[in-house]
Amino acid sequence: MMDINWHTVVIVLGLTVVTVLARGFFLFSNRTWSLPHWAQRGLQYAPIAALAAVVVPEVVMVNGHLMDTWKDARLYAGIVGAAVYFWRKDVLFTIVAGMAVYMPLHVGLGW
Amino acid sequence: MFFLRENYRHPEFQVGIRDFMRPAPGIAAWGLMTGVAMVKSGIGLFESLLMALLVFAGSSQLASIPLILAGAPLWVIWATGFCVNLRFVVFSLHLHHYLAHLPGWQRVMSGYFTADLSYVWFVRRYPHPSGDGAGKLAQQAYLAGSNLMNWGSWVGSSLVGIALANLVPQSWGLGFAGILCLIGILCSLATTRLRLLSAAVAGLVGVAAFALPLKLNIIVAIGAAVILCMSMEKLRPPVPEVAGS
Repeated sequence: MMDINWHTVVIVLGLTVVTVLARGFFLFSNRTWSLPHWAQRGLQYAPIAALAAVVVPEVVMVNGHLMDTWKDARLYAGIVGAAVYFWRKDVLFTIVAGMAVYMPLHVGLGW
Repeated sequence: MFFLRENYRHPEFQVGIRDFMRPAPGIAAWGLMTGVAMVKSGIGLFESLLMALLVFAGSSQLASIPLILAGAPLWVIWATGFCVNLRFVVFSLHLHHYLAHLPGWQRVMSGYFTADLSYVWFVRRYPHPSGDGAGKLAQQAYLAGSNLMNWGSWVGSSLVGIALANLVPQSWGLGFAGILCLIGILCSLATTRLRLLSAAVAGLVGVAAFALPLKLNIIVAIGAAVILCMSMEKLRPPVPEVAGS
């Protein structure tokens, strides 16, 4: 009954290996990796940089280009979400407030 | 790992679960829409189920879908997944300090189950690895608890999303809850001016270099932000060691 595309299954299994490799990268070896100073400093900045690099294009870009209209719900929801985080210091508030801005603009006005 | 007795019987396991109640709804909303998105994109029910259960990495799952549909070569899809996942390599280096006492398979499995949010929650509760056995056990139990919540809410909601794929219209854009979740975490990490600069630079470069293949814009953005912030650190005048004022 189910039509299984084995090529996709191979891709998925490979992506699983990729997850294990990335998340376990330095955990496979028993060696205690003592980090050089520069790398310890880099750790201060890398995680937030990675998140920003993923998130910002998701908020301001459309089909690989910078949005060319102000009528985009993501923009306002993102700004409100961030502002609410700094106000309440709570990720759940960010999501609720952001979606409260996003849904009416997106579903209601089609932004 | 949450299925080990020494972890799930430990009081910190419960604390990890309780703390993770906060981000769990956001993860569930993201998982739900990822589940819907996988099925709606047309990669097939069995393939979607397999992806939800095994890959367990939202950003690489979502990044791979258009590539799979476009018939991209295997290595491009896998390389893209690895690039998007590169932040986890950094996490694993950090986690090694906490998990070094465990046997290899437990270290790697713990790494596999530690996603963005459970990592952030973990290092926020435990900024420094414990030096003694009891402390190490408490830390690994906390990580196991929050990982279980994270995994449960992600996989559970993905399965629900796959099942409901035909009921929830994609036009609602519920997937944006996942982005909002990431925005919240991003803000929680912005504790110093240089970290804020790091986020700003990475965001700008991530957009400017978006056209690069393999999602390499993310790697370029991280590199640019980290190098700039480390150079800025060097430029700052050293803190005077005078005990005067």
